Amino acid sequence: MSFQPVKFYQTGTFTVGNRLLPPEERSVQASTKRFNSINSGHRACQGCGEALGARYAIDAAMEATDGQVIAANATGCLEVFSTPYPETSWQIPWIHSLFGNTAAVATGIAAALKVKGLTQTPRTRVVAQGGDGGTTDIGFGCLSGMFERNDDVLYICYDNGGYMNTGVQRSSATPPAARTATTMAVGPAPGNVFGQGKFLPAIAMAHEIPYVATATVADLRDLEAKVRRAMEFRGARYIHILVPCPLGWGTASHDTIKMARLAKETGIFPVFEAEHGEIKSVLAIRRPLPVEDYLRPQKRYAHLFGKTPAVETIAHIQALADKNIRKYGLQARKGDH
Amino acid sequence: MLKQMEGSRAVAEAVAMCRPEVICAYPISPQTHIVEALGEMVKDGTLSPCEFINVESEFAAMSVAIGSSAAGARSYTATASQGLLFMAEAVYNASGLGLPIVMTVANRAIGAPINIWNDHSDALSQRDSGWLQLFAETNQEALDLHIQAFRLAEELSLPVMVCMDGFILTHAYERVDMPTQAQVDAYLPKYVPRQMLDPGEPVSIGAMVGPEAFMEVRYLAHAKQMEALELIPSYAAEFKSVFGRDSGGLTHTYRTEDAETIIVAMGSVLGTIKDVIDEMRDAGHKIGVLGITLFRPFPLARVRESLQGAKRVVVLEKSMAVGLGGILSTNVRMALSGLHMHGYTVIAGLGGRAITKKSLHGLFRQAEQDALEPLTFLDLDWNMVNKQLEREKAHRRSGPVAENLLRDVGVVAARNY
Repeated sequence: MSFQPVKFYQTGTFTVGNRLLPPEERSVQASTKRFNSINSGHRACQGCGEALGARYAIDAAMEATDGQVIAANATGCLEVFSTPYPETSWQIPWIHSLFGNTAAVATGIAAALKVKGLTQTPRTRVVAQGGDGGTTDIGFGCLSGMFERNDDVLYICYDNGGYMNTGVQRSSATPPAARTATTMAVGPAPGNVFGQGKFLPAIAMAHEIPYVATATVADLRDLEAKVRRAMEFRGARYIHILVPCPLGWGTASHDTIKMARLAKETGIFPVFEAEHGEIKSVLAIRRPLPVEDYLRPQKRYAHLFGKTPAVETIAHIQALADKNIRKYGLQARKGDH
Repeated sequence: MLKQMEGSRAVAEAVAMCRPEVICAYPISPQTHIVEALGEMVKDGTLSPCEFINVESEFAAMSVAIGSSAAGARSYTATASQGLLFMAEAVYNASGLGLPIVMTVANRAIGAPINIWNDHSDALSQRDSGWLQLFAETNQEALDLHIQAFRLAEELSLPVMVCMDGFILTHAYERVDMPTQAQVDAYLPKYVPRQMLDPGEPVSIGAMVGPEAFMEVRYLAHAKQMEALELIPSYAAEFKSVFGRDSGGLTHTYRTEDAETIIVAMGSVLGTIKDVIDEMRDAGHKIGVLGITLFRPFPLARVRESLQGAKRVVVLEKSMAVGLGGILSTNVRMALSGLHMHGYTVIAGLGGRAITKKSLHGLFRQAEQDALEPLTFLDLDWNMVNKQLEREKAHRRSGPVAENLLRDVGVVAARNY
């Protein structure tokens, strides 16, 4: 197989591997020998955070296992845009079964690999993946079961904060105040309700599984490193990636990376990694930005910035971000870099 | 080797001899003894290599089996009743993907009201799921059908459900002829999957299929089930040559030669029916029974051939299509379309209601005189029913139906059927 030279368009970001680094420190995506596990030509929207996240995550897993990955995929955008058959984007063995059973299907694959390979540590590894709806809502039972049994599966959740494939409805990962088709921007408290929803990485940690991490598509080297780290463990592992959705968030396609970065820099989305239930590292925020910077460009929050800005609501969201910064120790201290 | 053992244990030992590689277990009565026995065999090493996985729901049980089967492992699970309904989405998915999973269904009623006893409502609710469905009459047949089921499933690349009556079979200690491992190995070849998740040869499985090919995929599922109608008799014949006994097949007839009245039924109740038929034959009645072993695909031609000489057909079934009548009887009627004969549907034994010889004697004699209603509920307590209907007429807020009836009945153990 001959490799096409890869063209790098972006400069001034960390999106693509830094060509100034020695080869062994470059990102997986910077290599012309990257696996292209999810190949070009799929039907994701322009600027899709999930397609980007999946591309980096799965290629990193492939690199870590020398190309020995089987993927199970929940129903959702990633499944639909990647396989309008016969135009599958997947260059790896891949199965889609249902919306809510992906973690269990992955458990089954992992069990088959053990028994077929006559070993508790088969060479081929299993990655399960789904959106936030397929993970935090309908697939939660199977996911928790896979966690508590400590099955040898890396589960990756691509969190865009809603059911985007079905037309942007609320999930239990939809943030407060966000407008969706089922949390309408009308009435005295427009958008999604405060005090509801769940943060699945914390629930994953409560299972005390070997490895839990969060990441965003703004820090792709960090994402790759976390996938690589995850593959060093046997047992259940969970990576929760924030993937902005231009369609559902009402943001410009070219702002996907920016939005992910703002989510991290405001403290809205804490980026950390944990082992066996304990936090081991966080991606520090040097100068926390006001949440307004993150909220204002998104049409799902447009109702907060009308003729009379919803000052209290914005303050409430700011308080939640500040709490994240306190709780996860995200504020960089002097000397951190 | 002849052994005296519990039905569940017999099935577990037979399944173990089929060398399953992944078994998923979630407890629900009355199938629990089967997976408990298998789990013990895996844990003590007698069944190896095999992964035994305690999952968190039946939905997960079927989903784990989907994953393991797609990755090339012979996969087995067992369930019943609510469990089968809870996994229903994955049940359809397994057959849609063409994965040869074998599952025991220890037949049990479906609630509400919650009821753990036997009828066929659970399995028949999945009759259009694309699974092959076999019904065992005895514990011997139950264990034999499992061995045939793996062969059938893997040849067709379709999942197979082996149905056995909960408690009546699963918990009954009976004599069974347990095959040897060598016999099973001779009968059941190694599983060679048609499709497999393999990094050496990557494929996508479970892609979205639109209107351009969906009809054809569904048609092929039907066509493959139809192939089973040819395969099953030949597998049963081969089974006889290896194991030395008749088991499986499409249907079984009993004393139907020259019969004017033929009863149709599935599962363990066939034993009681045969006893009644023997007694009635002794008394000069021209009566016989057709036992349906294969419910899906439904052997239309065989059923028609077996019944067409009769004057009347009585379908006695432990299931019910609410608002229509019977499920089995609807299928039997399709086999008889165009034939002029009396047809009766009898709903019996729901939720474990005993089907007694005495009741069957009365029922069959009534049928012979064509004095049956087209739809009969065997041994229905009309007093209880009418009392509730009156209560509902008298009071708007008449309360929960099941609880009212239980109060009317009083202490259950005091009743005799």
